Amino acid sequence: MIKKKADDKKQWFLYPANLRTKTIVIIALSSLVIVSIFISGYFIPDIPTSFVNANQMPSLEHIFGTDWMGRDMFQRTIAGLGLSLMVGFIASAVSTLISIILGLFSSFNKFADELVAGIIDLFGSIPHILLIILVSVMFGGGVFGVVMGVGLTHWTPLARVLRSEVKEIKTKEYVHLAENLGKSRVWIATKHILPLVVSQIIVGVILMFPHAIMHEAAITFLGFGLPPHEPAIGVILSESMHYLSSGYWWLAFYPGMSLLIVVLLFDFIGENVEKLLNPETAQE
Amino acid sequence: MNKNQILKFFGYKLIRFIILMVAVAIFSFILLDLSPIDPVSTYLKGAAVSEAQRTILEGYFGTNVPLPTKIFNWLMDLVQGNLGTSLIYRAPVLDVIIDKFTASIVLMALSWLLSGLIGFALGVVAGKNKGSLIDKAVKVYCYAIQSAPSFWVGMLILMVFAVYLKWFPIGFGVPIGVSSTDATFAEWASRLVLPTLTLSLVGLAPIAMYTRNELIQVLSSDYVLFAKSRGEKGWDLVKNHGIRNILLPAITLQFLSFSELFGGAVLVEQVFSYPGIGQTAVAAGLQSDVPLFLGIVLFSAVFVFVGNLLADISYYLIDPRIKESEFGD
Repeated sequence: MIKKKADDKKQWFLYPANLRTKTIVIIALSSLVIVSIFISGYFIPDIPTSFVNANQMPSLEHIFGTDWMGRDMFQRTIAGLGLSLMVGFIASAVSTLISIILGLFSSFNKFADELVAGIIDLFGSIPHILLIILVSVMFGGGVFGVVMGVGLTHWTPLARVLRSEVKEIKTKEYVHLAENLGKSRVWIATKHILPLVVSQIIVGVILMFPHAIMHEAAITFLGFGLPPHEPAIGVILSESMHYLSSGYWWLAFYPGMSLLIVVLLFDFIGENVEKLLNPETAQE
Repeated sequence: MNKNQILKFFGYKLIRFIILMVAVAIFSFILLDLSPIDPVSTYLKGAAVSEAQRTILEGYFGTNVPLPTKIFNWLMDLVQGNLGTSLIYRAPVLDVIIDKFTASIVLMALSWLLSGLIGFALGVVAGKNKGSLIDKAVKVYCYAIQSAPSFWVGMLILMVFAVYLKWFPIGFGVPIGVSSTDATFAEWASRLVLPTLTLSLVGLAPIAMYTRNELIQVLSSDYVLFAKSRGEKGWDLVKNHGIRNILLPAITLQFLSFSELFGGAVLVEQVFSYPGIGQTAVAAGLQSDVPLFLGIVLFSAVFVFVGNLLADISYYLIDPRIKESEFGD
């Protein structure tokens, strides 16, 4: 029997836990926070306005303060984060789909591989934010434009990873065997290659998410897409720009801070999931 | 490296550059052509015209020309250096871009240098004292700043330094009522400080993290152990064995960050209303100024390519190991 390390039995908060349990607990807690933000953002009704309470400092009643129409900034922030998360979800789904298709397509032959590499290069040669603006203008702006702009431009890192993985898998004997047996390329791609890259895809998606949300916030901050009455986090921040010189710091500080925390949580989840899925670190 | 190899290297890069530029030009043109922007209505901006005049304008802008012909004409114009006329500025696109780019280049170059120097220094200090308080502080800072939207960092800096401390003006490249050519150097500089500070603070995180991790790896290697056993220690050890090894990849990484630098400049210029290329790009996108936007996309692609090229050159020219082996794939 393998001797367990001594600190496995160490007390961790309430009960003894090893690194694996800790990792899972961290993932679960972070996910819980994000899911609860998402759900509560969905159920927040129209936030009541009261001009009596306009521009109040953060207090116990309004922990994030109130804006110029007396709306509670905490509720607005949560609703905005919910909206941003939703855009992030859709955009990541689109991006993942593209990178899986392109990654598997690169396995077909040398020409396909070069083509995929060329498309990745093309997308990487334009600064990301300009590319998003370009795509969202192409779709006519609005919410749809933003979703597509963010979704169609975030697939490059994952596609690059998949392409190099595919290259390695292609040299394996069972792939040669399948080729010699006359199996089609699509069959090889879906039966031999796809199952082996699932863990990369999962990690890639989770790490793609924070980028998608940040870019969504940036693009709405610049004024593309979401209309002013949709309280996405970028819209809230760009509104608060007008009140900076009046000294209403809480209008900008708290929404940005909560966005930062959400992004950090995603990074956290991504890193820990990677730890679990990577066989080298999973057994530590 | 002999002359022949240098020629081969630059020839290869030149061909790549041309192919890439043509691809970017066609790609961005098709994207914008697919968009529902109607050039005639954008040009008119809601002015009332008769049907006949509208038809003349449609003929002028060539709305009914098939797409391949349009692309061909656009490429031909591009080769001659004619990027069209901006609809917002009513001036040739090339002039507008050159004017705005010079303002941005100052901002980007300064913050590029600052973020590189400070980031590298922080990374070395953190890596040398691994596990210490300063290492933890650098790590926390880097994690936080990489997750923070750069425009929000800009807003916080604006709030602290311009609104509360009143050390710097709130925005604009030059004071209101003064044309940009008349502004004194001090007026220019005082408006450059905060955007540069923001871009540097945001940009130093990746380079600091990279330097830190690399230095820790180098310091745990066998030859450093040997050097330690010979009696080298402290700063000399880091200088002789660490920095020599990590400086070059760090420089390369910094050159590769041109794309993010441009993206950061777009957002930061918007926050500080600095009249650079980023703000112009946003205005062009929002007001459907297609020629100007296409021009900016092309120029930014050139900018990113130059960054990548410099990274390659720095690698090939400085690293003796790569000099020996062939380049290109």
